[in-house]
Amino acid sequence: MSETYRLHVNGVDHEVADGWLGESLLYVLRERLGLYGSKGACEQGECGSCSVLVDGELVCACLVLAAGAVGRPIVTIEGIGAGGELTDVQRAFVDTGAVQCGFCTPGLIMATHRLLDRDPDPADIDIREALSGNICRCTGYGRIVEAVQRVAVARRGGAR
Amino acid sequence: MTAVADVAAPTVAAGRIGDSPARPDGEAKVAGSFAFASDLPFESAVWGATLRSPHPYARIVSVDAAPALAIAGVHAVLTAADVPGKSTYGLITADQPVLADGFARYVGEPIAIVAADHPETCRRALDAIAVEYTVLEPLIDPAGALDPRRPAIHPDGNVLREQRIVHGDPDATGDVVVEGTYALGMQDQAFLGLEAALAIPDADGGGVELHVATQWLHEDRRQIADCLAIPDERVRLVLGGVGGAFGAREDISLQVHSCLLALHLGRPVRMHYSRAESFCGHVHRHPATIWMRHHATADGELVKVEARFVLDGGAYASTSSAVLLNAITHAQGPYRCPNAVVEGYAVRTNHLPCGAMRGFGVVQACFAHESQIDRLAEACGLDPVELRLHNAMVTGDTLITGQVVESVAPVARCLRETAALPLPDVALGAGSALELPGGAGLTADPEHIRRGIGWGVTIKNLMYSEGFDDYSTARCVLRNGPGGPAATVKFATAEVGQGFVTIAAQIARTILGVDDVELGRIDTEIGSAGSTSASRQTWMSGGAVDAACRAVREELFERVGAAHGIDPLRLVIDGGDVVDTIGELRQPVAEAIGDAVFDRTVEYHHRPTEELDERGQGNCHTAFAFAAHRAVVDVDTDLGLVRVVQVATAQDVGRALNPLSVIGQIEGGIAQGLGLAVMEEIVQVDGVIRNASFTDYLLPTTLDMPPVVAALVEEPDPQAPLGAKGVGEPPCISSTPAIVAAIRDALRQADGDSRRADRINRVPVRPSDIAASEHEV
Repeated sequence: MSETYRLHVNGVDHEVADGWLGESLLYVLRERLGLYGSKGACEQGECGSCSVLVDGELVCACLVLAAGAVGRPIVTIEGIGAGGELTDVQRAFVDTGAVQCGFCTPGLIMATHRLLDRDPDPADIDIREALSGNICRCTGYGRIVEAVQRVAVARRGGAR
Repeated sequence: MTAVADVAAPTVAAGRIGDSPARPDGEAKVAGSFAFASDLPFESAVWGATLRSPHPYARIVSVDAAPALAIAGVHAVLTAADVPGKSTYGLITADQPVLADGFARYVGEPIAIVAADHPETCRRALDAIAVEYTVLEPLIDPAGALDPRRPAIHPDGNVLREQRIVHGDPDATGDVVVEGTYALGMQDQAFLGLEAALAIPDADGGGVELHVATQWLHEDRRQIADCLAIPDERVRLVLGGVGGAFGAREDISLQVHSCLLALHLGRPVRMHYSRAESFCGHVHRHPATIWMRHHATADGELVKVEARFVLDGGAYASTSSAVLLNAITHAQGPYRCPNAVVEGYAVRTNHLPCGAMRGFGVVQACFAHESQIDRLAEACGLDPVELRLHNAMVTGDTLITGQVVESVAPVARCLRETAALPLPDVALGAGSALELPGGAGLTADPEHIRRGIGWGVTIKNLMYSEGFDDYSTARCVLRNGPGGPAATVKFATAEVGQGFVTIAAQIARTILGVDDVELGRIDTEIGSAGSTSASRQTWMSGGAVDAACRAVREELFERVGAAHGIDPLRLVIDGGDVVDTIGELRQPVAEAIGDAVFDRTVEYHHRPTEELDERGQGNCHTAFAFAAHRAVVDVDTDLGLVRVVQVATAQDVGRALNPLSVIGQIEGGIAQGLGLAVMEEIVQVDGVIRNASFTDYLLPTTLDMPPVVAALVEEPDPQAPLGAKGVGEPPCISSTPAIVAAIRDALRQADGDSRRADRINRVPVRPSDIAASEHEV
């Protein structure tokens, strides 16, 4: 069964034509809209690599039917920055060595933005809890936690 | 937290060796624009998928593709009969069918491949293919595989390799004797970026271009070309972005299948594995059963090690023979040991095939010997660190293979520097509930928690062994570009996340005195770089890039020397200048280059090695690296719940070319060692995998992974091209036994004796292993 519907992604309306209605949001973002920044690594919401914001909530795009996201603003890694500039979180991930293979990175960037928007002053354990839905197999998380701390400190004007 | 602030020494020039510049692909990776092998759309491409055996062992009676081909949108169904060339492949022995022919030997073995216009259509096509099997009794007991009366499950037999080592006096005995039997479960590499490829056929149908996530482009090419029956040069490989590897991409997975479909259809094919499929679509870490007996003098000096290894290789050979070699030759650990009797077997079963995973046989050996060393310390009444220091290997010591350790061997220093690192400052049970063993379930009671400390130390061979002519190729071009002097460096080294691309540019900048270094596409248009495995690329491809840049620099110095009448041997690069060391000349590199273009391609080979003889003697390894780990673990000794609180390590790195990258390897490797210690195992019941998902195969998250405190032991190795040893594997080797030793220590504290601790001899350690064993005799 296929139908044409519209998705609002990163501030832009996209028409999805002739999509099979069983397609996940992740599949449609990647294969129909060409937004390959969201990654699929488990297809069951365990790894967080496909994390996007739907209505401002962090969700695993692999668990959401694309047709179920009609009429709800969607933000992906491609839309997290303004005007093609890297965000402070993205910059910090590069600078602290939080990126190795990088497959988990887009999802972690999304989760970090969501965390810091909600809690600008997270303790170490809060960071670890907030990011525990995002699996990274390369880094052991040390540099990732460091990157988040660095952004939190910088956003507070450098004060611990 | 690791103190990274102090690893970038201020005296190091920006972007040069010793600095920690950002990765060149970092911005693309955080922006989501870096193209992984799964992110390669191509007009007119169809999707490929694989039909897999549901049985661990079965005769294939018939395969009927007609119902699948009748589905709209299905373009092809191929079986073993459609493989045009060699029907089998393998890294060392070609014993694995491209598509099962006659027999299926493990759950997940590819039977047929399909191409269709949508992934969902592929799934329907796979469901529609009718395969008739005669199910056979699987061989799932590795010990049973050694029984000559057991019928072979493969024409090559059930024993993949057996090898003995007899060294010194095999009859030597010691005053103190300890023995134990240790076991390890099957670990998955669990890289995040699933197997993926895009195969594009040539217009004439006689060749193919494959974009794939792999560890070794040229070895893939050789095997693909053989199976497709086309010349090597008609198979062109391009590295698709690789989302982690850890050994799992060293063997062929979907490479031949995707090319086969593309050539059959004359149109591009994309293949992506699912996570469930990935669990049976690549090789794993060998499960092992290891018996060891150590003899020592009363004051703890090692006299003899005896060991017997049985590794479960699964259904096909992969690299089992090399993994076994590593396991048995590392049985002594990083300790002097004059006498040894070791035997090892790698056997074939109807389990998932096993091969390379980070640590490659040494993980198994290290868990056993470190458990033994702790037992020996207890038997001798010595502190575990003291006993290790007493026996610590040094450069010049002879191994149980008769090989002399020529590498820098700072074992004692690794131990001492680890011991000097601070212990965790969080008191037992003081943190949030999330920080208790078992986490937020609030099941652990702080009153019942004991905090244990444990140690692990490793020796790990670097590069390939046993006579393999291991080399890497690099090309360097130096010229003046529009923006000033620029170098282009090209190699076929698989960048899998480890950061070779970062240090390649650092090396070129340092040798050539230029800031602008561009890296060429990673593909088969240049000679082989060998595999991104065995902790070898910093040494091998780093050596090749270093050599190519030096060859170019030599030509540059000749040009400057000729222009100024100076012997080129007097010239050096200082910053961005060519400088005469005993004269006045100081000239910017740009000026020195002028209108010349320097272009050199160089192969770097490591020293030759040799095969072991019948008694397991021979110089089989190239070089060695060392590391020590200290783990602090909180254990609820009633519930069997654990939380790793801290891991401290000092690692022999030779020279840290990029300290931040080294820290990344150390922390990431420890996470995988922690996973093996307390979480990760592929469970197979009667040959059927039961947990092929991230829901059921547990990986360490941010909450499972403790802070790491690390010290880099820098004693540049004179045999290494840049003084730098590979750093990827040691962190995941001795971290595992350190964590298990800490669990045993906690149990001893709780019980006041070692009876329960002595029964913790298998990883991963499960809650039931800790809690249940309390009631066993």
